[in-house]
Amino acid sequence: MDDIVIKAEKLGKKYTIGHQAQRGGYVALRDVIAQNVRGFWNKTRDLMQGKPIIQGDQQEEIWALKDVNFEVKQGEAIGIIGRNGAGKSTLLKVLSRITEPSVGRVTIKGRVASLLEVGTGFHPELTGRENIYLNGAILGMSRQEIKKKFDEIVAFAEIEKFLDTPVKRFSSGMYVRLAFAIAAHLDPEILLVDEVLAVGDAEFQKKCLGKMDEVAKGGRTILFVSHNMGMMSNLCSKAFLLNKGLIVKEGHMEEVVSYYMKYVSTASNTDKSYKIKDSEKITKDMYIFEANTIDDSSNVVSNYKIYDPVILNINLKINKYLQDVVLGITVKDHHGRKIFTNQRPLSSFELKKSNNNIVFLVQIPAKILVPGTYSFMIGLHIPKIQIIDLLEDVCMFNIIDTGSELSMYEGSDYGCVFANCEWKLRI
Amino acid sequence: MDEQILVIEPGRTEKNYWADLWRYRELFLILAWRDISVRYKQTIIGVAWAIVRPFLTMIVFTVIFGRLAKLPSDGNTPYALMVFAAMLPWTLFSTSLGEASNSLIGSANLISKVYFPRLIIPTATVVTSFVDFLISFLIMAGMMIYYKFAPGLNILFLPGFILLALLASLGPGLWVTALNVKYRDFRYVIPFVVQFGLYVSPVGFSSKVVPEKWRLLYNLNPMVGVIDGFRWCILGGESSIYWPGFAISLAIIVFFLWLGVTQFRKMEKSFADLI
Repeated sequence: MDDIVIKAEKLGKKYTIGHQAQRGGYVALRDVIAQNVRGFWNKTRDLMQGKPIIQGDQQEEIWALKDVNFEVKQGEAIGIIGRNGAGKSTLLKVLSRITEPSVGRVTIKGRVASLLEVGTGFHPELTGRENIYLNGAILGMSRQEIKKKFDEIVAFAEIEKFLDTPVKRFSSGMYVRLAFAIAAHLDPEILLVDEVLAVGDAEFQKKCLGKMDEVAKGGRTILFVSHNMGMMSNLCSKAFLLNKGLIVKEGHMEEVVSYYMKYVSTASNTDKSYKIKDSEKITKDMYIFEANTIDDSSNVVSNYKIYDPVILNINLKINKYLQDVVLGITVKDHHGRKIFTNQRPLSSFELKKSNNNIVFLVQIPAKILVPGTYSFMIGLHIPKIQIIDLLEDVCMFNIIDTGSELSMYEGSDYGCVFANCEWKLRI
Repeated sequence: MDEQILVIEPGRTEKNYWADLWRYRELFLILAWRDISVRYKQTIIGVAWAIVRPFLTMIVFTVIFGRLAKLPSDGNTPYALMVFAAMLPWTLFSTSLGEASNSLIGSANLISKVYFPRLIIPTATVVTSFVDFLISFLIMAGMMIYYKFAPGLNILFLPGFILLALLASLGPGLWVTALNVKYRDFRYVIPFVVQFGLYVSPVGFSSKVVPEKWRLLYNLNPMVGVIDGFRWCILGGESSIYWPGFAISLAIIVFFLWLGVTQFRKMEKSFADLI
């Protein structure tokens, strides 16, 4: 196909790291000397063979990228998702030619610019004006291009007054604004971006996001690495999911994000759900036997997209029916702040007295909770008389932003619930 | 349509490397300009440092070698002039060697974050020392007026020898700065070499002091050829060049330049991983 601009085939990148050998017991001077001599000998040998020095006695090879194959078409905006250490940044480094792959090949059509960090090469002694030229040249702009865009950059960064001040006297906000402004005015055919949008105050972030959106819509190809799923969902249409250096999933953003969350949750759901351990409790009249959070097809999960309903599954065991019992849940955020409480008297359900095992499903409507980590408090009580069973901080779950209208403010506190207010003009 | 296809593969030396280097010439200029404009920021006497250092060394050498050791000058050239004519290329060589060999580690943040032909970094630093050289050349002019010493037509060859001094420093400079990325030991080697070289090279004395049978061997030090050349250009016929020796110096310079560039190219790909 003609419109493929990046094509990676069997790409791999290997790093060698060293470990200190475990040594038990006491250490004799003789051993220390022998070891140092051996170390010196090994280093000298490495020097002769042109190998890098690796600290430690044992070496291990780590594949930061392994057998990576993909194709990117002209004008696509692609998000690269993965946990820390999954190989996202290494991939960008290989694509931008900063480091060489160990195996495989990449074919790239067009001019590439990479933004792995804002303000690369800023010199603190130089003025704002001089740094615009310096940084622009480093990012691959020609002097003509910079000249043409100079006023635009300055206006975008809002630093008109400080153009002739050395950047070492800039506030950190001014510094990143200037750095981002230069980067945002890059004009390559392919842009590689690594987690650089998280700069400045909310206002500036919004501006940056707008600019990125403009770039993405302008027909340029973008590869974008970020932990900020909401932002990525807004910018990118396709995504790759990297895990331990392998692309485990690629496809539509939505699809990959869902897969990512399921897959993250399988790794950690065991301690997120509650099951009774306390054997004393089972002699009680009523108790909560088990509780966990599930998705709408009854899988136990702990990560939800904002548009997914959160369903709490509560299993009660009953030895003896009591009168006027109420089952209540409270949702707490990670500060321990209670968001809301919801409860129902058991008498409102038609329960058979013979049934000593009851399962309740409590569904929290979608798009109420803002992105974050939450836990439940689950209580079984007779109002103002007796607490029968109370679980604190169980069933932790995460709400992940996958493209809300507030996703650009992710990370800053904009409240604890989404409220769907009605807005209209007064006539 | 200006479509360029780029292939990234392990061990692939790109065919368009030199074209790339040319494409990035603006970066080269801007990095050189940065180094120059930053060099004397926040110093009191500023650019005067470029004058003070070689001038003081020249005085010390004139006193020690000329007055105390009573070594002969070239013909009837004033001793101070003879020393300074050598001081110029030597300072040029030693500062550019020093700067070039530390340049890569000094730009670690650039190397690990952006791509460009890495050759730009050490070569750009050489420009800085060249500017220093031009400034200290003013003293040379001043001294020649003071001693009423007019240069001959030979001075027209001077640019050639300046280039030679730069190339002489660039060769080992490239090699050492690449090695420095892997093994920081080399950071300690260069200051020592420079200090040592000042006495091994004919800076404080004329190379005619060296016995005839050793002169060929002496020219294995590439700076001997360069310094002789400088003296010949500036001081004229009295300081003639010993041509067979000069050929050897030239060969050594070319050899080191070749070694420096090839070794640098070989190691360049892994800089970002090791720095």
